[in-house]
Amino acid sequence: MTAEAVRVHRRKLVNNVMLGATGVCAAGIVGVLLFILAFLLIKGAASLDLNFFTQLPKPPGELGGGLANAIVGSAKILGLATLFGVPIGFLGGVYLAEYGSRGFSFAVRYTTDLLNGVPSIVIGVFAYTLIVMRAKHFSAFAGGVALGIMMIPISVRSTEEFLRAVPVGLREGALALGTPKWRMLLTVVIPAARDGILTGVMLNLARVAGETAPLLFTSLGNAFWSPGINSPTATLPETIFHYSQSADPDWNRQAWAGGFVLLMLILATNVIARVIVTRGRPKGIR
Amino acid sequence: MALPMPTRPVEARSPSPAHPGEILPSGVSEKLRVTGLNFFYGAAQALYDISLSVPTNHVTAFIGPSGCGKSTFLRTLNRMSETVRNTSVNGEVLLDGEDIFALDVTSLRRRVGMVFQKSNPFPKSIFENVAYGLRVNGGLSRSAIAEHVEKSLVRAALWDEVKHKLHQSAYGLSGGQQQRLCIARALAVDPEVLLLDEPCSALDPIATSKIEELLINLASSCTIVIVTHNMQQAARVSDYTGFFLLGKMVEFDRTDHIFQNPSKKETEDYVTGRFG
Amino acid sequence: MSGPATAAPRAMPRKARTPERYSGVRAFAQRRLVGDDVARALVGLAAIAIIAITVMIVVELWTNSELARHKFGWGFIMGKVWDPNADTFGVLPYAYGTIVTSVLALLIAVPIGVGAAIFLSELAPPRVSDALTFAIELLAAVPSVIYGFIGIFVLLPFLKAYIVPPLRAALGWTPLFTGPYYGPSMFSAAVVLAIMTLPFIVSVSRQVLLAVPHEQREGALALGATRWETTWKVVVPFARRGIIGSVFLALARALGETMAVTMVIGNSPQIKASLLAPGYSIAAVIANEFSEATTDLYKHALIESALVLFAVTIIFNGLARLLVAGGSRQAPAQ
Repeated sequence: MTAEAVRVHRRKLVNNVMLGATGVCAAGIVGVLLFILAFLLIKGAASLDLNFFTQLPKPPGELGGGLANAIVGSAKILGLATLFGVPIGFLGGVYLAEYGSRGFSFAVRYTTDLLNGVPSIVIGVFAYTLIVMRAKHFSAFAGGVALGIMMIPISVRSTEEFLRAVPVGLREGALALGTPKWRMLLTVVIPAARDGILTGVMLNLARVAGETAPLLFTSLGNAFWSPGINSPTATLPETIFHYSQSADPDWNRQAWAGGFVLLMLILATNVIARVIVTRGRPKGIR
Repeated sequence: MALPMPTRPVEARSPSPAHPGEILPSGVSEKLRVTGLNFFYGAAQALYDISLSVPTNHVTAFIGPSGCGKSTFLRTLNRMSETVRNTSVNGEVLLDGEDIFALDVTSLRRRVGMVFQKSNPFPKSIFENVAYGLRVNGGLSRSAIAEHVEKSLVRAALWDEVKHKLHQSAYGLSGGQQQRLCIARALAVDPEVLLLDEPCSALDPIATSKIEELLINLASSCTIVIVTHNMQQAARVSDYTGFFLLGKMVEFDRTDHIFQNPSKKETEDYVTGRFG
Repeated sequence: MSGPATAAPRAMPRKARTPERYSGVRAFAQRRLVGDDVARALVGLAAIAIIAITVMIVVELWTNSELARHKFGWGFIMGKVWDPNADTFGVLPYAYGTIVTSVLALLIAVPIGVGAAIFLSELAPPRVSDALTFAIELLAAVPSVIYGFIGIFVLLPFLKAYIVPPLRAALGWTPLFTGPYYGPSMFSAAVVLAIMTLPFIVSVSRQVLLAVPHEQREGALALGATRWETTWKVVVPFARRGIIGSVFLALARALGETMAVTMVIGNSPQIKASLLAPGYSIAAVIANEFSEATTDLYKHALIESALVLFAVTIIFNGLARLLVAGGSRQAPAQ
């Protein structure tokens, strides 16, 4: 072979080797996902039983306990978080997309980004000093506020993005009919962006549903039911954490089950949300 | 379609009127009277000292090459120009004698409706699109709304094509039908003036001729102002025409004068196709 | 053409175009204005709330760490001893653990992550790329506690059996891999962190690479470059700033990562050279000790640790955003 041909051959070889190497990287990462899923599936699903969903925790050593209170507690706190974080985030997103002024918009965007980067445990500490210290007790409310704060930046960003995607023509059409701006937004623009905003909320929820750190010193945990929102409350992620540290094999088993349920819910929400966004439903008919 | 022939000999022209409104014959009232309108995007001036009169219940067309300001001008008539940031305007625009800048903008827009170049039906049903303006006003019963919707769709020459599918999505209609839907939507609130910004530029000739026909019919009950880059369309449809060039209104006169006997050289060059 | 209108201008009675209650333009205007005012007030309030919450976080962290700040001053950051019984608190061991695990995690994750991003954006066929990207973004949705959980029960035994012995054999002569390995260690934490930050690096890098203008690739390919050469010599350098930005972002996240690290790091506040030794991170110590902090000084010390963590992540996030924002726009100076 000529020197030229040798060089070309080598370059092609390098090309193929790198193609393979980077492909292995990508495949490897996906492999990790599949591995985690498979493991949780096998060990977690096997550990699930009816008691898991219906029973309160039993002390170490006793069998038959479940995480019913943790499931309810998580639902309660996520509900509080949504009530607190989503309206603020949504309205903030509307501000940035539809109102906005040069200086103030910049400040809002900057602080939203800042808030997004704050570690979740720091937010937990903040909720502690703000609420738990002053009330002198742990509560689901404090946990809800902590998670709600975490929901705000994503809510702002996704609301703004989906509102901006609504074509200008729709807005002009409504304004030209003599519609005041607030009504145009409420009856034309926001409904047009509805799918995107809803999926944004879903993805947001899925993300905070797995957060543990902010709950460690706000809702703390509870071996029993916690009525209302003012007492320490068990949650699924916190219980998984707690049980995984324990030497009791039954608690470990329940942690597997809990991990499985939590992950399944989160992944299902993610998949559904992405499918909705990529497919896009045909425009609504009323 | 050939250029329309005048129904009477083209009148000899008197010396240039002080205000273009004075060219209107005595029986014809001014719906809109514009005097000395200047418009700015930021520091850049887009319209220079525009004065004209739009006659009531006639079709008035604005023609001119791209970028000459005719769409910008149209949008000042219902203050849609205000939706863009950093614009300013001075001069006077009177609607039936009332200063439009002193009116509440939402009530102005109910009296002066607009249809856009690219049809923009809402992501709702056909019925809800037309009913939108009525619902915003409020105060009408369900049967009254249904009645208005039907009447508007009839006026827009769309009723027969959609009456059996009023509750289907507006996006299922063809381009021409969607534009007629937008016209029906604008008509539903009974505007006194209807502004149309190149409404047929995205449509095929058949859809275009349907819309032109309906505009001529509408003119008896509504003042029509249409911006078009298609001279033949202006000649077919309008009674009065204004020729815009580089942000100025060069000539405003009866359509037959503009096309057969224009007084300005630029007008003549444009309508004879010497430049476009 | 229609003839001239015969009616005089305002002789026609105006039909009831709008309901009768709109008596007068002014009352009408006032009613409309209320709606717009309310809307503007609501959204403005939300915008202010966002800023207020962020400010409050800083304020609360600052005021509630007062005791510790006054007692230790800057010595807090350099202090090596964390002893609640002796009322002495220094954050250095935790800062050390945080930094070491995060940096090591990135050393592992960045080559793999950027490599995967390159594959997905430049080399893979579109359908393969879409499917894999989707899967990797799902990986980003797995919560930290589950990573930690799998870490304890699966990764630690795996590392102990298959990874640490070869590493020890190859690198045992360095101080990095000496000493006993019981499982929980800085090395294990770094591996878990690496897995956790991978999806993030892949996602951001891929977007940065996709933003490189097509003309750049075409120029190189037209000169006869292979796909890899185009990628490595043209596309990646063009996106360099953005990729570095994504690394900074990943670093900021790794620094604040709590649960997975807490569960596998060993919780031992000692500064040791060996990666196989247990360690501790700032986030982990806060997580573990906060609810047991008995004295006010103890609490304030923990809150000051949170403040330190806050400050560090803000700085890195800020740097990262500067880089990512500029990365896709800039042409490299060559």
